[in-house]
Amino acid sequence: MSIIQPENMDRRHFMRHVAASSAMTIPAFHFLNHLNANAAEVRKNQKACVLVWLGGGPPTIDMWDLKPGSKNGGEFKPISTAGDLQISEHMPKIAKQMDSLSVVRSMSTREADHTRGRYYMHTAYVPNPTVIHPSFGSVVSHTLAPQRKSLEIPSFVSIGGGAGSAGFLGMTHAPFVVDSNGQIRNVDSDGTDKRRLEQRLAMWDVVESGFINSDRGDLPQAHKDVYRKAVNLMTSSQMEAFKVAKEDPKIQEAYGNNNFGRGMLMARRLIEVGVPFIEVNLGGWDLHNDVFNTLSNQRLPTLDQGIAALTQDLKSRGMLDDVVIVCMGEFGRTPRINQNVGRDHWASSWSLMIGGGGLNGGIAVGQTDKDGVGIESQSYLPGDVWATVSKAMGIPLNIVHTSKRGRPMKIANGGTPIEELIS
Amino acid sequence: MRALSLILSLAVLQTATLSVRAAETSDYRLKYDTAVVEKIDTLIRQSWEDNEVSPSQAADDITWLRRVYLDTVGHIPPLNVVEEFVKNKDANKYQQAVDTMLDGDSYVNNWTTIWTNLLIGRQTPDRTSREGMQKFLREAFAKDRPWDDVVYDILTAEGHFEENGAVNYLLSQMTMRDEGVQATAKTTRLFLGTQVQCTQCHNHPFNDWQQSQFWEFNSFFRAARRIDHDKIDPNTGQEVDDYSELTTNDFSGPVFFEKRSGLMQVAYPKYFGKDVEFDNGKSRQKVLADAIVSDDNHQMARAMVNRMWGHFFGYGFTRPVDDMGPHNPASHPILLEHLTESFVASDYNMKMLVRWITSSEAYRLSSEFNPKNEMDNPAAGEMPLFSHMYIKSMEAEQLFDSLMVASNASGMNRANYAQAMRQRNEWLQQFVTTFGTDENDEATTFNGSIPQALMMMNGELVDTAVKCDPGTLLHQVVTADEKDSKKVQLLYLAALGRNPSGRDLAAVKKLMQISGNPIMAYQDLYWALLNSNEFIFVR
Repeated sequence: MSIIQPENMDRRHFMRHVAASSAMTIPAFHFLNHLNANAAEVRKNQKACVLVWLGGGPPTIDMWDLKPGSKNGGEFKPISTAGDLQISEHMPKIAKQMDSLSVVRSMSTREADHTRGRYYMHTAYVPNPTVIHPSFGSVVSHTLAPQRKSLEIPSFVSIGGGAGSAGFLGMTHAPFVVDSNGQIRNVDSDGTDKRRLEQRLAMWDVVESGFINSDRGDLPQAHKDVYRKAVNLMTSSQMEAFKVAKEDPKIQEAYGNNNFGRGMLMARRLIEVGVPFIEVNLGGWDLHNDVFNTLSNQRLPTLDQGIAALTQDLKSRGMLDDVVIVCMGEFGRTPRINQNVGRDHWASSWSLMIGGGGLNGGIAVGQTDKDGVGIESQSYLPGDVWATVSKAMGIPLNIVHTSKRGRPMKIANGGTPIEELIS
Repeated sequence: MRALSLILSLAVLQTATLSVRAAETSDYRLKYDTAVVEKIDTLIRQSWEDNEVSPSQAADDITWLRRVYLDTVGHIPPLNVVEEFVKNKDANKYQQAVDTMLDGDSYVNNWTTIWTNLLIGRQTPDRTSREGMQKFLREAFAKDRPWDDVVYDILTAEGHFEENGAVNYLLSQMTMRDEGVQATAKTTRLFLGTQVQCTQCHNHPFNDWQQSQFWEFNSFFRAARRIDHDKIDPNTGQEVDDYSELTTNDFSGPVFFEKRSGLMQVAYPKYFGKDVEFDNGKSRQKVLADAIVSDDNHQMARAMVNRMWGHFFGYGFTRPVDDMGPHNPASHPILLEHLTESFVASDYNMKMLVRWITSSEAYRLSSEFNPKNEMDNPAAGEMPLFSHMYIKSMEAEQLFDSLMVASNASGMNRANYAQAMRQRNEWLQQFVTTFGTDENDEATTFNGSIPQALMMMNGELVDTAVKCDPGTLLHQVVTADEKDSKKVQLLYLAALGRNPSGRDLAAVKKLMQISGNPIMAYQDLYWALLNSNEFIFVR
C-alpha cells in the first residue's frame, strides 16, 4: 500500500524528477488536496457517539438511582427532571436536559476490578489471555472510517486517555489520545518544508517496505499504516477541530472552564468534522473515602455542566438526533457506605446514562430494589449498551469480526439493543 | 542548541560497553554450567518436533548483536561496537559480548529502569522517592545480588525513603488508605506471578482460589504504616512535603472481609493457603518474605524466570507473564521447571539467567518466518513455540537511549546519571496517561499509535540526531574520507545494525541524487532510517 495519494501537483512534479532517475516505485504523498467542500453536508448526515468515561467507577446510586429512605441512601436527595425520572440534586443542569437523556438502572456486569471492568465495559468481552478485543470506539472506527473518505484525522479520539486499545482490529483504529487543551504534540514539522518531507518519506519507504516484505508478521505493515495517518494529520485543516480556544467564549463558558468542559466542547467540534467516536475521560471516581463531599463539591458540578452543555449545544445545532451520548465507568459502587464514608467497587447493580442519537429520552430503564443491592427487572450487559449504540448509529448488528486466530466474534458480543430505548 | 546539550549530557547512557576495562571475572562466570543451556535447547527442539514446525535460520551476527544489546542493556549497539564485532573472528565472541555487557554500567541502568517502572510505575506516585528506589535497585544490579535477597529487602524494608530506597515500593502502593489492598494485589502479581485481585470481592471465576486467599495475603500488609513528614518552607511560610518513611505497627489481629452474601468472614495470614507462624514477634512483612523465600515450590523463582523469558522473547510461558496458575497452563511446563530449578540452584543469580537465555539456540534465531513455522505466531493468539524470534517494539526508554547512541559520535563525556534519568523521565511524561483510579494504574501512548509517529517525525530527539553538527555521529560519518557507498553503509549499521542490500543502496543513492545537497541528503537518509519500522522493532 502506498502512503501517499497521487492527486497532487507538487507530488507529480516530484515524481517526474524521480522517474527520470529511477524505475522503482516511489511512495506517493499528498498534501494539499484536502476536502473542505462538503463540510456542511457532512455535518448533517453523520452519526457519532460521545462516551463520557468516569474512570474509577462512579457511585451511580448517588447520581442516577437514588434510594431515599434506605440505609444505603446516603446524603443526597433526588430531584425531578424534564424527563419522567428523578436524578441527584447535584446535577440540576442535566435535570433540565433529561427529556433527551435516559438512564439504564439495571446494569449487572460482574467485573469489579478496575482493569478488568474497564476492559469489559469498553469491549463487551471479559479479558482473555489469547486475544485482545477492540474497544467499541475502535469497532466504530473500523466500521465507519471507510465510509468517511473526507476524514483526515483519526476516527477514534480519546480526550484524556484510558480508552483501551484497538486489539485485533489493528493500530490504525487505536484511540488517538489527546489532552483537552487542544495542543497536539509534535504535529508541526517546524522548518521542514513539504518538499523535504517528501524526500525523506521517499527514502523512508525504501527501508519501511523492505522490512514489511521480509515476512515478520503484521507489525511492520501496521507501523507504516500509522505513519500514513500521522502524515495526513500533520497537514490537515481538520486539526482546527482540536483548538477549542477558537470557539466563541460564551460557548466555552457554558461547557465550563476546566479540562472536562474543554474536552466535551472538543468532542462537539470533532463530530462536526466527521469523527464518529470520541471518548472524554473524567477521572477521580474511585471514592473509597468521603464520597459525598467529593461528589457534591467536585465531581458532580463538573460533570453536570459538561454533559448539560453538550446536550444543549447539540440540540440547538440540530445534531442531537445523530449523536449518542453514553456516560459510565468501569462499574458502580457499593450501595453500603463503608466506615470511611466511602463506597467500594460494585458491579452487580448499577446505572449508566444514555441519550441522543434518536434514542428515547426521559425514561429510566430497569430498576433496582429499595436498597440498591439487587435488580428487580431485566438486567443488562455492556454488549446490550453497545448494541443499542450500534442501532442508533446505523451500524449493522450482524457484523462478525474475526480475531487473528480465526475466532469469530459478534459485534458488541452479540448484545441486544435495549428495547425501551429504541422502540 | 538546547536539544544538543541535552544529548551531550546524556552520553552517559551510551557507555561504549565493549571498550570498558578488561572485564573482571565475576562469580556467575565461574559457576556457569553449559548443561543448563543444552537442556533449554533440547526442550525447545522437542516442542518444535511435537508441533511439527521447523525453526528459522539463525539471525546474522550483527542482527543478533543489536537484539541482545537492546534486550540486555536497553539500547542499540554503538557503531564502533558493531564494526568491531563484525571483524572479530573468535568463536566465543557471542558470549564475550554478553559478558562485557553484563559487566558494564548500561546493564545496571537498564534493569534499574525496568524494575523502577514495574515497582512504582513511570509516573512517581505522591510522596514516593523515585531516586531512592533507583538507588536501591542500582546497587542490587551492580552487585548482582541474588534475586531472593532483593525481594526480601523490598518487602521488609523500613525507614526513610531516601536512606532506605527499598521502602518506596510499599510506599508507592500505599498512597491511599486502602488497608493494603493495592499492595496485596501488586505484590502477588509482581513477585509471585499470581493474580489475586479478582478474589478481593469474590471467589475466582476460573480457578479454585477463594476470596479468603486475597485477605489472607492482605493480612501480611496490615501492619505497614507510612508516615509523611512535612516541613515549613522558610520562603513562603507554607507547610510542604518533607520526607516519608515506612514503619510497622503492632497490628496483630486477623482481617475481616465481607462475602457477597453480606456475611463477614475472618482471614489469618496464610501463604497460598498454607499456615505460617505469625505470632513470633516478627513483622507481618517479614513473615511473608520468609514464607516466599523458603517456599519449597519456588513460586518466586518461577515467576521471575517466566518474566525474564518473556522479556527476551517477547512472550513468556504464560500470557500474561504475571498470571500463572492452574487456570492458565504454561506453554513449556518442563522448560519452565528446568529454568526455575536452575535459577534456584544458581542462588537466584540474575546475570546467570540472562546468560542462559541469551545463549540459547532459540534466542539466536532470525525473526523471519519460514514456510514451516508460519503457525508459530503468538501475535495471532497462538501458543509461542520459539521457532523464530518474535519482533517486539522498543519501549520508550529503549528508544530514548538508542537515539542517544545514534546521535553521538563515540567518546563522549560522561555526565551526571541522576540528571540524565530526570531528563529522560521528563521526556517520557508526554506518553503517560492515567486512569483516574486510586491504584495509580497507567497506560502509555508510546504504543505504536499516532503520537509516537509524530514524536519520531517531528520531535526533538530525531531532529537532534539528524542535525549534523560537530560531535554528532552523522557529522562524523558525513565528513569522513570515505566513498558515498561506505557512508551509506555506516549509517545503516549505526541505525539498523545491518548492511544495506544492493537494492537498498541503489534506491537510496538515486534518491540522494535528487536532493542536490549532499549534507541534506545524508540527513534525510538518517531521518528515514531512524523513522523506519526496522529501527523501532527489536528484531
